[in-house]
Amino acid sequence: MSADPRIEPASTQPELIRNFCIIAHIDHGKSTLADRMLQLTGVVEARQMKAQYLDRMDIERERGITIKSQAVRMPWESDGTPHALNMIDTPGHVDFTYEVSRSLAACEGAVLLVDAAQGIEAQTLANLYLAMENELEIIPVLNKIDLPAADPERYAKELAQLVGCQPEDVMRVSGKTGEGVAELLDRIVRDIPAPVGDADAATRAMIFDSVYDTYRGVVTYVRVVDGKLSPRERIEMMSTGASHDLLEIGVISPEPVITKGLGVGEVGYLITGVKDVRQSRVGDTVTAARRPAQESLGGYEDPKPMVYSGLYPIDGSDYPVLRDALDKLKLNDAALIYEPETSAALGFGFRVGFLGLLHLEIVRERLEREFDLALISTAPNVIYEVTMEDGTQHVVTNPSEFPGGKIGEVREPMVRSTIIAPSEYIGAIMELCQSKRGNLISMDYLSEERVEMRYTLPLAEIVFDFFDQLKSRTRGYASLDYDVEGDQAAALVKVDILLQGDPVDAFSAIVHKDAAYSYGVMMTAKLKELIPRQQFEVPIQAAVGSRIIARETIRAIRKDVLAKCYGGDISRKRKLLEKQKEGKKRMKNIGSVEVPQEAFIAALNTSEPAEKSDKKK
Amino acid sequence: MEAARDGAAPEVARDGAAPEVARDLGIYVHVPFCAVRCGYCDFNTYAPGEAAGATREGYVEAALAEMAMAWGTMHGDGRPARTVFFGGGTPTMLDPAALAALLAGVRATWGLADDAEVTTEANPDSVTPESLATLAEAGFTRVSLGMQSAVPHVLATLDRTHEPANVARAVEGARAAGLAVSLDLIYGTPGESLADWRTSLETAIALGPDHVSAYALVIEPGTRMGGQLRRGEIAATDPDTQADMYELADTLLSEAGYSWYEVSNWARTPADACRHNVAYWHSQDWWGVGPGAHSYLGPGPDGTGARRWWNVKHPRAYAARLAAGESPAAEVEPLSAEDLALEAVMLRLRLADGIPRSLVEGRSEQIARLVGDGLLDGRDALAGTLRLTRRGRLLADLAVRALAF
Repeated sequence: MSADPRIEPASTQPELIRNFCIIAHIDHGKSTLADRMLQLTGVVEARQMKAQYLDRMDIERERGITIKSQAVRMPWESDGTPHALNMIDTPGHVDFTYEVSRSLAACEGAVLLVDAAQGIEAQTLANLYLAMENELEIIPVLNKIDLPAADPERYAKELAQLVGCQPEDVMRVSGKTGEGVAELLDRIVRDIPAPVGDADAATRAMIFDSVYDTYRGVVTYVRVVDGKLSPRERIEMMSTGASHDLLEIGVISPEPVITKGLGVGEVGYLITGVKDVRQSRVGDTVTAARRPAQESLGGYEDPKPMVYSGLYPIDGSDYPVLRDALDKLKLNDAALIYEPETSAALGFGFRVGFLGLLHLEIVRERLEREFDLALISTAPNVIYEVTMEDGTQHVVTNPSEFPGGKIGEVREPMVRSTIIAPSEYIGAIMELCQSKRGNLISMDYLSEERVEMRYTLPLAEIVFDFFDQLKSRTRGYASLDYDVEGDQAAALVKVDILLQGDPVDAFSAIVHKDAAYSYGVMMTAKLKELIPRQQFEVPIQAAVGSRIIARETIRAIRKDVLAKCYGGDISRKRKLLEKQKEGKKRMKNIGSVEVPQEAFIAALNTSEPAEKSDKKK
Repeated sequence: MEAARDGAAPEVARDGAAPEVARDLGIYVHVPFCAVRCGYCDFNTYAPGEAAGATREGYVEAALAEMAMAWGTMHGDGRPARTVFFGGGTPTMLDPAALAALLAGVRATWGLADDAEVTTEANPDSVTPESLATLAEAGFTRVSLGMQSAVPHVLATLDRTHEPANVARAVEGARAAGLAVSLDLIYGTPGESLADWRTSLETAIALGPDHVSAYALVIEPGTRMGGQLRRGEIAATDPDTQADMYELADTLLSEAGYSWYEVSNWARTPADACRHNVAYWHSQDWWGVGPGAHSYLGPGPDGTGARRWWNVKHPRAYAARLAAGESPAAEVEPLSAEDLALEAVMLRLRLADGIPRSLVEGRSEQIARLVGDGLLDGRDALAGTLRLTRRGRLLADLAVRALAF
């Protein structure tokens, strides 16, 4: 990759290495800036440039977000000395906080990139906190200064205040035109500390990403802290003790380049031939089997699902396809967990655990797109701990598991959330958070017009429709970040929805007792609209235990006949019947009530998952 | 679907001598012209100025040419037409001589059975005592008048231009000419009350027709009323109100001595039923002459060969095809035994005669449920006939679905 022997991989002195990441909100132009850096440093020719080279997956490109991080090595000469810059791409979303923290741990510095027309957003702020806690050197940068709406003066002040520098220290660039990017690369070399490690110590490298590739198996991205990794040696994963042969080692530039190894401070990839990312987990420490390290680098955590949802194929015969698809996705997603589940209303499917709503949405989209599946997903559910009066305990990830009988206490997970918005919306935000059982912790002005509010909120309220409501009440100006933190006891009940007296499991929900009535009214009204009239009257009821809290009635159908059926009508009418016959296959019987599959989909899908609208500011 | 543009008429008859066909033959003649297009109308018809070239000139010649071609296609199997029905459009937009010429064409082509029923639809405004007498003389036996309603604001919503009083004059003229009379009514027009509907029914009954048809208004997208509905200028009538209106019609007509013989049709005596339409519901053969007309010829002795086809819609395209010696058929639909079985249930269940239990295999549970829900008559079902109750008539399509799949 580079003609200069001083920055040859495996033999580059740590003093010439700079490891950094870019912290930015979705759409603030991180990928465009990264592309420009690849071009300026000469690792990608302009004509090869696929827009946003680093975001490989289709979904990422369409959503303008980065799910999986990668690391690119770029040569950059500054003051006559060649340097090797490793740009470590980080996911920008709260669902992937753990992955972000591991990416940050692989760096000594971070470029804080903020749209000069929009200012900092809550998620960026959250990642900035993480970076500062990791003691990273922060380089504040305003992007998109070419935009007519850019207001660099105003946002430079905001950033300076946050990072603790002078407004004139805030760099101004345009990823689009390339303005200021070379200066930024020089500043990275100048300000970000070189990595420090012990070349003679036992090898320790931290895994900050692990990606399944159809042709190569699992590709593991590491940052070497101490010692050296060499080709064909045997390595050990310190959390599991599993050992593998290193089949290939190299750096990304931005295509894989095989190297003679990786030394202290270097960033690159390993291939061992394992097929499942679970065998090569983010946060784990890699060491050499011939001389294993005594202590791991620390910081490893098992991924914990926070939100559960049932995924069902619309066509029941697709169940095996869904199972195979989940098995395949699992290879590339250590956080994805699932088990088979049966619903009276929806048939055979899976209960799937996710890191958060975005994770849910991405998995669902990949299943639909890559495996051509049509799916129904049930309302997202958090994990409740239910203690009965007799002391027995239940963990509930699905309303159908919510126990009947005498309940002592129900505990629900809480989040610590940060909301940033123009100050004129303070009232609207407070009202919303209050209605969602939130508690205000603090409120700070970032500038005269922008305020940062911190709330504790039940996670269950956030996964429902909080983000949509926040956006609509602030005309899209508020941004949200949250971190799961602790739990609380709450007065939660299960609301069942009954059709003609039969409960429909797919519509049951666990809600706060004060919200039970409105959920019942909303769902019964919705179903009344969606379920076609039957030959008989169909009562739709919402119930808490045996107590009915809401009721609607679908009137019996009285007329279903085409008045005219003469010569010219016959073919058309027969074809209509044949179509209806096909449609009948998509009907589910709840007791004697025929419910079209579409009604389930519409009833379950009307509230769009929050992050879906996130890419649009 | 196969295209039928190869110049030959759809091949339906078998080779060799004309086979014995047990089915009756009916002839439908489509006259695609109207004085104005009504707001609810989605039929193949053309009002002056609506479509370039859709004029009446050349229509009669083209229709006669189709008849000649039809006779060739059917290999002149010797069956006379038992019924003829002129529909539209407004057939009486043609002068009586033209209608007589078309009927003469039918007679010359297939022959007319001695007791043939020959009906024409008519707008109350487009007939006179003289024109009706001319039609009777030419061999017409029956006239079906588009009365629709006796209430001015309902007629206005429907864009019907006739004077309510003209209906009585037309009935009188038809009677004088010796023609049987049927009145067509529409219910469920936006803005029509149950009282309005009662007025229309009572007015129709007072005119003493031999036959009454009553149709629930269906507002199709693409019609003028469809547009008004979409823009919220009119509100569709609640289907439950339409059900009330149907029940009122059945009650008043029954009290006046009419019996239902099909979901939307009532006759004074069984002999007053429209035999042409009954033939559709019994899957008899019919040839539809004219632009956009549908035709049906049932299966041969081996049970195959049944097909339905329909002509090109535009009068000019239709005339051009025939002038070039080509079949006017736009599309042909071969009908399998399964198609025919489904159609038999779908069509015959609409009739008061019902269907023999043997027409639907199995389905015992569904039949029991339809009886239990009051859609099928229980005694008749036990005796082997599936017959709709009044409630069942309003839910006939639902009953067909239960029986057919």
